[in-house]
Amino acid sequence: MAMAASEIERLIKVSIPDADVTIRDLAGDGDHYAARVVAKSFEGMSRIRQHQAVYAALGGRVGGELHALQLETAVPTEIET
Amino acid sequence: MSDAQNRIDELVKSNDIVLFMKGTALFPQCGFSSRAVAILDRLGATYETVDVLQDAEIRNGIKEYSDWPTIPQLYVKGEFVGGSDIMMEMFESGELKQLVGAEAE
Repeated sequence: MAMAASEIERLIKVSIPDADVTIRDLAGDGDHYAARVVAKSFEGMSRIRQHQAVYAALGGRVGGELHALQLETAVPTEIET
Repeated sequence: MSDAQNRIDELVKSNDIVLFMKGTALFPQCGFSSRAVAILDRLGATYETVDVLQDAEIRNGIKEYSDWPTIPQLYVKGEFVGGSDIMMEMFESGELKQLVGAEAE
C-alpha cells in the first residue's frame, strides 16, 4: 500500500521534532521514497541508531506498508561546509 | 533465544562478512540487495550471502535480531553494519573498505 510523502514527513516530525525532512518520490508510485533527515538530536548517535530512530518514528511501516525508503541521516553541522 | 535467532547468531558469528539478502550474489532479487552486492564486489571483499527468500524464519527473524526492518543487512565480524544506504555512505567515505579489510587498489 502506498503512502503520501507528507504523511512520512509528518510521522518523522512527531517523533523527531527538530528534524529537517526532505522527501523525494523516486518512482512516482507513492511506494519508493528517498528521505533525508537532518536533526540536531542525532548528535552522538551512530548511523545505525539514527536510522533506527527514523524507522521507529514510522512505526513499523518501513519494510511493510512502505516498501522502499532510501534513507540518509545527518546532524546539521555535518552538512554546513 | 528462539531457534531462528540461534541460527542467525550462528551465521553471523561463523562468517567474517555475511550479507543477508533477497536472492543470491549472482541473481539478486531486489534493487537494494543488488546494490549491496555491487558494493562488496567493488571492494573485492570475500563474503557469504544468505538468501532470506529461501527461509521465512530467517527472513522474519533477522529483522528482530538487529532491530532493523529491511533487507539487505550486512554483518562484519559479528557486528551489524547496516543496510544498503549505510553501506553506500560508508563505501563513499572509505570506511567500508577499511572495515572489510580489502586491499587498496
